[in-house]
Amino acid sequence: MVRDEIKAKLRAYILTHYLRGEHESNLRDNTPLRTSGIIDSLGTIELVSFIENTFGIVLEAHETGVEHFDRIDDLAALVDRKLSARG
Amino acid sequence: MPRARYHLASYLESTAAHAPNRVAVIDPGGRAVSYGELDDAAGRLAAFLRTNGVHEGARVGVMMRKSVNAVTAIFGVLKAGATYVPVDPQAPLERARKILMDCGVSALCVDDKLVSVLDAMSDESRPATIVVSGEGAIGERSARCISWDSATALAPLPHDLNRGTSGLAYILYTSGSTGMPKGAQINHVAASSFVEWATETFSPTAEDRFSSHAPFHFDLSIFDLYVAIKHGASVHLIGEELTGAPRALAQFIADRDITVWYSTPSALTLLGEHGRLDRLPYRGPRVALFAGEVFPVKHLQRMTRLWPASSWYNLYGPTETNVCTFAHIPLPVPEDRTEPYPIGVPCSHCEARLLLDDGAPAAEEGLLYIAGDPVFEGYWNRPDVNARVFRLIDGKRYYNTGDVVRVDSHGEFIFLGRRDRMVKRRGYRVELGEIEHALYRHPRLREVGVVSMEDETGVRIIACYAGDEPGPSIVELKQFASREIPVYMVPDEFRAFDRLPSTSTGKMDYQQLKSWLGAPAGRANGRPGART
Repeated sequence: MVRDEIKAKLRAYILTHYLRGEHESNLRDNTPLRTSGIIDSLGTIELVSFIENTFGIVLEAHETGVEHFDRIDDLAALVDRKLSARG
Repeated sequence: MPRARYHLASYLESTAAHAPNRVAVIDPGGRAVSYGELDDAAGRLAAFLRTNGVHEGARVGVMMRKSVNAVTAIFGVLKAGATYVPVDPQAPLERARKILMDCGVSALCVDDKLVSVLDAMSDESRPATIVVSGEGAIGERSARCISWDSATALAPLPHDLNRGTSGLAYILYTSGSTGMPKGAQINHVAASSFVEWATETFSPTAEDRFSSHAPFHFDLSIFDLYVAIKHGASVHLIGEELTGAPRALAQFIADRDITVWYSTPSALTLLGEHGRLDRLPYRGPRVALFAGEVFPVKHLQRMTRLWPASSWYNLYGPTETNVCTFAHIPLPVPEDRTEPYPIGVPCSHCEARLLLDDGAPAAEEGLLYIAGDPVFEGYWNRPDVNARVFRLIDGKRYYNTGDVVRVDSHGEFIFLGRRDRMVKRRGYRVELGEIEHALYRHPRLREVGVVSMEDETGVRIIACYAGDEPGPSIVELKQFASREIPVYMVPDEFRAFDRLPSTSTGKMDYQQLKSWLGAPAGRANGRPGART
């Protein structure tokens, strides 16, 4: 799966679940999601679960720390890395 | 029968005296301290606070993440005879600053990573003494800052068996409808009456391993800390990293073999849904307690199946009284049950009455009033609100919880809802008015009306607004809100309108607003009298 496809899936999920009614263009790849109040801790758990189920990967607790798991860019890079590692 | 009353510091001192080597607290990173060590460090900090102007009755802010040092700070303040004011380490700094200023803390214990809370304070308004935990650089703010090591270098303050119990133990700030959080003042009589009741009810022992899931600014932490410490049990601090990672949390609970669990239903629901508990050999704590909000039966059912070996209890009570009613949940939870469980019967350390709006006794359904030892002393510096929330009946001071309850055929209370605009979110109290006040500070919003709607996933907060065109994006509104209010208060949705509806008297018409949003009329927000 190419990086853009991953981002599109993440963007669609985030828009439907946490930014109902928002224009797609206002959610950028580098928009902070957790440090800006768009997704709270409960939302993060749901997002992790969505990512695991959608991409068939397992995320460890240390991989979802807010420093490296805050923007669509970060999320997509992590998914990409996990998918490549799986081969 | 009058009960024993204790100063909270005496729970630690007494356990430290007879079991100094037992493990008291283990922090998220695995650092453990014994009762002797905890008592010693807290005594040293108390000595330092005393020599630095913290007198009896002074307020001391504690703005620290879950750690051994945070527990030490709390007991240091108590041993100094002062009142601790726990501040949410994740709160927007402006809110934290307001709280610290509101009750005029004379000292602050703060994590190095959070010292920026001082930046928005003028030099005169900063606490006179600031104890910084951690090795991080604290920049130019250092004039009044002192390192943790220096603040715990003095000989410990000796144990004092004769401390009075009428002083304030802590002040817990909850959401305020006028935009300013309110500080509920709890004295040692109130706090210890709850600890003693919990002792009778749950029979804790020194062998127990308590979870500490709730943050210290949340009243659930009172149980975790003081009931455990009274009995010489161990307290297992759960940090933010774990509360946000259910699988890791489930593993932690199993590894530590937790025997007493206490949290909100929200936390248990996440654990049940995402924790993969069925893959662990752990069969549940000895006692599983939940409080803070209604536990949807579907989720409770799942959790009780995952932890079948536990005794389950629903505890109820606002911050102002701590737990005041409780119900045992008999297992199994029937498959076809949909009704939430009752909040139960009054605890033995308090008295409850149901009153109608006009103050007349209610037969079956009314506002729940609580009297007795656990009742708080009113809100810090809010005589206006205090005058409204207490009612003197037969010489006893009753607190109006604002919760409407009904008595069922077994004599147990059923929670029906509220008449005001307070909702519960993840167990936290949220005054919708506080959100409105925050959003009104946005320069492009002219009118703001915040409502809550309930569905099977819980309470959703929806902010409706009218303002200048083009309006701010939803991303921007969420970002703005999160700088003003804690993240659990940030609305789930923002909806723009040309104008908002008002009643004939010119007030915001919330019912109309809800109908615009598609709520079934009269049902949302659990309005009493509109049962379906």
